[in-house]
Amino acid sequence: MSLPIYATFGQRVWYYAFRVICAIIFIFLITPILVVIPLSFNAENFFTFTPEMLRLDPEGYSLKHYQDFFTNAEWQRSFKNSLIIAPIATVIAVTLGTLAAIGLSQSHVPFRRAIMAILISPMIVPLIISATGMFFFYSKIGNFMEGTMGLDKNFVGYVKVILAHSVLGIPFVIITVTATLVGFDRSLTRAAASMGANPVTTFFKVQMPLILPGVISGGLFAFITSFDEVVVVLFVGSASQKTLPWQMFTGLREQISPTILAVATILVVISILLLTMVELLRRRSERLRGLSPG
Amino acid sequence: MSDTASKAPVLAADGTPLKRSLNRALRVQKMRALALIAPLLLFVMLSFIMPIGDMLFRSVENQIVENTLPNATQELAKWDGSSEDLPPEPVFRALYHDMFLAAELKRHTRLGSRLNYESTGMSSLFRQSGRKLDDAGKDYRKLFLVVDEAWGDGATWQSVMGGAEGATPDAALVKAQKSQIYRLDGEAPRGQLDFAPSQDVSALLPLTAREYTAFAIVTSLIKKDDLAATKPFESLFVALADDLSTADLSGYDGPGADNLRALQASGLPTPNYTEIFGEMDKDWVNIETWRTIQIHAEPYTSGYFLNAVDMQKTPTGVEMQPEDRQVLITLFVRTMIMSLTIMFSCILLGYPIAWLLANLPMRQANVLMILVLLPFWTSLLVRTSAWKVMLQQQGVINDVLVWIGLVADDNRLILINNETGTIIAMTHILLPFMILPMYSVMQTINPTYLRAAKSLGATNWTAFWRVYFPQSIPGIGAGSILVFILSIGYYITPEIVGGTKGVFISNRIAYHISSSLNWGLAAALGTILLVAVLILYWAYDKIVGIDNVKLG
Repeated sequence: MSLPIYATFGQRVWYYAFRVICAIIFIFLITPILVVIPLSFNAENFFTFTPEMLRLDPEGYSLKHYQDFFTNAEWQRSFKNSLIIAPIATVIAVTLGTLAAIGLSQSHVPFRRAIMAILISPMIVPLIISATGMFFFYSKIGNFMEGTMGLDKNFVGYVKVILAHSVLGIPFVIITVTATLVGFDRSLTRAAASMGANPVTTFFKVQMPLILPGVISGGLFAFITSFDEVVVVLFVGSASQKTLPWQMFTGLREQISPTILAVATILVVISILLLTMVELLRRRSERLRGLSPG
Repeated sequence: MSDTASKAPVLAADGTPLKRSLNRALRVQKMRALALIAPLLLFVMLSFIMPIGDMLFRSVENQIVENTLPNATQELAKWDGSSEDLPPEPVFRALYHDMFLAAELKRHTRLGSRLNYESTGMSSLFRQSGRKLDDAGKDYRKLFLVVDEAWGDGATWQSVMGGAEGATPDAALVKAQKSQIYRLDGEAPRGQLDFAPSQDVSALLPLTAREYTAFAIVTSLIKKDDLAATKPFESLFVALADDLSTADLSGYDGPGADNLRALQASGLPTPNYTEIFGEMDKDWVNIETWRTIQIHAEPYTSGYFLNAVDMQKTPTGVEMQPEDRQVLITLFVRTMIMSLTIMFSCILLGYPIAWLLANLPMRQANVLMILVLLPFWTSLLVRTSAWKVMLQQQGVINDVLVWIGLVADDNRLILINNETGTIIAMTHILLPFMILPMYSVMQTINPTYLRAAKSLGATNWTAFWRVYFPQSIPGIGAGSILVFILSIGYYITPEIVGGTKGVFISNRIAYHISSSLNWGLAAALGTILLVAVLILYWAYDKIVGIDNVKLG
């Protein structure tokens, strides 16, 4: 990869030119995320760098947009909604998804391909189409729950959004957990059974600890999917289920407030944490399965 | 000895034949696997597959005309739409009473909006007619009250329609009217109706009995009012005048028989429904209005799909929409072209990066990989807002360009609210989806091939183009299909940075769902998009294999 000593002039030029091109593309990839962070400390209500900011004058910076985020009732409510909806959706997706992934990894499953296609479909179908279908169908479910079962309107709204978000998270759980199960050594469960453990004990004591990294990273994907999702919640939810991305979306479309940038920065920090976590889990999982860390 | 062993079935430890024992074990295993999968499968079926099915159904479903105007559509079916004559009187007669009931339940405007998608002006025609329907009824009520004040009283009507004490109630009529109102209102009328028209009356005054039953259901079951104390619908006076013009009352001796005879003798004019509608709005005596209603009266329609490709149903067959309403094909084409542009930009930008990552030593590659994965993991809304900030006229990119001197301050580039904005932002958002599959393919390419080519005298370019590039094509294919599929269904980013020119078909779907409320068309557009995506995925599965989808 490094430049050989005998490289011609043309080769040298190309070598460095290529590196410069790659650097520019990396800058393209990362700049939007980096630009948001300093702008969120802007003392003015602008979306651009003020002269004070460019001079690195402390006057030009402030935490007022963060303050706004933490004190504004609307932002706080949407943040709270996200923190209610995403974890519940994740728990549903992980529980059902892990069970099904274990079922799918058995050696004789009839219609495996068809079942797999159905379970993966929420990831394949564009969100706008899922949202359209859910908009029609969930309003019927909602009417049924409100009218026939007499449930609270607000509660039904949450149920609808949580159902929608958990089904969107399921493919990620299925994919990560089945991938972990590919390297799973079946003789371990047989060994456990031969020593007298019942299937439930075997599952929790032997299988679960080994596939846990896959389960957790599937869960993280499901969480991010729900936490970041806006199209479906826009169609299925009502104003009282407004989530953080929804609030950002309306913010971007209507009243543009730099508070969005503060929220964006917080979300970038969260995503860095999650990315680190997934990476650590992946390495741990590969170590557990005896594959070389890559 | 060996003979008997080969003939007798091999036995398992418990004495059953081994074959059966194995089969049983296999069956148990299958059942266990299915039992583990079943809860999730049911969940996905209920919360995902059924909604999609509902959308597919809605793209052809068109029962609103039949549900709102059940009797009128039945009569209208007998009319020859290609003739130059208006529909006959029975059609107008049925329409009057259907429409009156629909207007009482505020359902006529929905039908108006539905037909307005096909022919402009229908919405206001239905809305205004709904208000004017009372007028004709009020005229008849005046005439009735002149004959006998008692006709203004709900109790009189109830006793007349109920028939004599102990008369056989017409339960079939009540049931039929209940189901008609259920279909009209979308909700079943709950509870027990404590009124039923007598069979004698419904034989004598069929129209009045039918409409009065509907009135009774609406009043006591939906509005929860006292039937005897409520003023009857204006349409009932019209209906009774209509019935009395032909009814033979000579043999009737039920309650109010004298009252009815007095009315009949008073010389009420027979209602002329065609005239009533003609006075309401001259569009009702326009044959085009009726042709539109007749064409769109069928319960299942291809109309939404035709609309989705800028066509429409007309009395003379399928035609293109008028020029000014042809927007959707343009939008489909634009969605395709922009998705292709985004795909090619992603290939162009992704290929060098994937190559670099695949050829650098592991440690450096891992560090650079973070720069690819961080945007991948960052919230979509964050990236979109970042682009909104950067692309503005007073935004970061323009500022930098002005500062460098590439662009004059008074001539800043317009990068947002047009195609450019959408393409830049979406290329950035989808680039990781291109880099990751390319990278995983390039990692498997053996570098010795390249060295072999060079040692045989190939130039750097030839070696790359003839040896390396062909081996990396599967990665390009996988990434391209993935990026293309993702981009044709994108909604959020075009909505925010695309303005009016940079939007996709998905934005149109959202518009029809939330603003224009043309749900059938939204469903048809969604179905077309879904089919396109599924075909692409099928191709993706053939080329790459769905199991090779990797995350992160």
